[in-house]
Amino acid sequence: MIEQAPLLRVQNVTRLYGGRVGCRDTSFNLWPGEVLGVVGESGSGKTTLLRSLAGFEPPDEGTIHFRRGEKDHDIYALDEANRRAMMRTEWGMVHQNPRDGLRLDVSAGGNIGESLMARGDRHYGKMRARVTDWLQRVEIDSSRIDDSPKSFSGGMQQRLQIARVLVAEPRLVFMDEPTGGLDVSVQARLLDLLRVLVRDLHLAAIIVTHDLAVARLLTDRLIVMKDGHIIEEGLTDQILDDPHHAYTQLLTSAVLSA
Amino acid sequence: MTQPPKHDPDYNYGYLDEATKRMLRRSLLKAIAIPGYQVPFASREMPLARGWGTGGIQITAAIIGPDDTLKAIDQGADDTTNAVSIRRFFARVTGVATTEETTKASLIQTRHRIPEEPLRDGQILVYQVPLPEPLRKLIPSESETRKIHAWAEYGPIYVRLYEDIAQYGEVTSTYSHPILVNDRYIASPTPIPKFDNPKMHMSPALQLFGAGREKRLYAIPPYTKVKSLDFEDYPFTLQRWDEPCALCGSTTSYLDEVIINDANERMFVCSDTHYCETRRGEGHEGPQLTKAQSVHLTGSAP
Repeated sequence: MIEQAPLLRVQNVTRLYGGRVGCRDTSFNLWPGEVLGVVGESGSGKTTLLRSLAGFEPPDEGTIHFRRGEKDHDIYALDEANRRAMMRTEWGMVHQNPRDGLRLDVSAGGNIGESLMARGDRHYGKMRARVTDWLQRVEIDSSRIDDSPKSFSGGMQQRLQIARVLVAEPRLVFMDEPTGGLDVSVQARLLDLLRVLVRDLHLAAIIVTHDLAVARLLTDRLIVMKDGHIIEEGLTDQILDDPHHAYTQLLTSAVLSA
Repeated sequence: MTQPPKHDPDYNYGYLDEATKRMLRRSLLKAIAIPGYQVPFASREMPLARGWGTGGIQITAAIIGPDDTLKAIDQGADDTTNAVSIRRFFARVTGVATTEETTKASLIQTRHRIPEEPLRDGQILVYQVPLPEPLRKLIPSESETRKIHAWAEYGPIYVRLYEDIAQYGEVTSTYSHPILVNDRYIASPTPIPKFDNPKMHMSPALQLFGAGREKRLYAIPPYTKVKSLDFEDYPFTLQRWDEPCALCGSTTSYLDEVIINDANERMFVCSDTHYCETRRGEGHEGPQLTKAQSVHLTGSAP
């Protein structure tokens, strides 16, 4: 892993909302196939950072480089057309609320198929086969392919959203609280599924969460944020078992069995 | 052909003022230069409600000259209220000759049909467009659809076709089936039946589209490629009818279903009234012509 070039290089990213700090002077690298967790209390800048990284909000300062082929691209120096093309093909975003990432008036199959059509697939039969395959991979009964996502439970909608993102074969996935709002048993199954998919597809992922159990289960490395700053960074087990910063100690001790 | 009436001197030629006509012509030139691209224009108030054909009327008003011969059709018919009113309007404000004959017209304003008779070099077809944006139903944001057109990110529009096939086994759209113009821009062919889509491809006539309420113009220049969207394994198909036109016996024209009494009897007749009348004039006879005459379905022709 060390000799490989990083997939994502984040340097001094600062995002301000007027006088308020979204995130400040954030730097880190992400390597191919690595799963990085971003933890911190609500309002600590996790989602702001994620939205900047995923191409939705340009940072006020700093740069974000994404490696495609042999070249590093500064994603906000690219023109918008190229950036949007990379957003479609190189990375994907799983929103906390599946309704933000799905078309609710389009069938489940159409939601997954749209990602394929966006990259130029124009063969219905082949698309249909891939969509069916992906429904099975996210453990949705393939007989529900033509049903509206409105008729799906929260957990199914979240799995559908994940399928819609992953079918485009991105190399990096951003997840904003992917298990938020789901009950504990559904969370556990979703986490299991995510773990399998991320390992099987050799995906890199950045997962924003306030749930340390999620971080423990899914991530290789952890970033702890507070008030817009990164206060601690390291291997997940290391940070959770031996937190150095006072805030991280508070965070880990607040959880019963992380 | 009716005798050209005199231009009503109380109105400027073509109803619109000269500066407005110039603005429209500039926008039209841009539209023709970029086939299928929607050009914004400063749509004016017209003496009828927006959504009733003001876009087409403004285009016609901007390009009509004293030597033109105008034909106006509404759903293929020359004799419906909208068509008659538009023809009378332009006769009054320009004094040009009007006609119902497709071949004699130099300018044809149409609502939702392309005449059955093939158009020729030098003719101009003006469409009235209610919804110029083919992506609007999927993407409500105008700034987003403009970006999609600018960078040809046309994936989402295929979702509509996908959904049709998934739910019904075929593409069920019968009108307003989106087209790809000159391998570049996706455009809405207005609510013409998709039966007419192939007529747009490589047409010798200039095709102009005006959406008055939405304030957009677009154009398909003569001899331009027009492709109806489809999937590789579900190619674009046309609807077919099991019977010929009840009046003229045509098996190749677009037919309207007409209910003729309250006993559930119906017949299928050509939507292009001039085409149907011409064929009857040439001696063609459909299976239910006599019956149609008894319910006054045959219009003024023999």
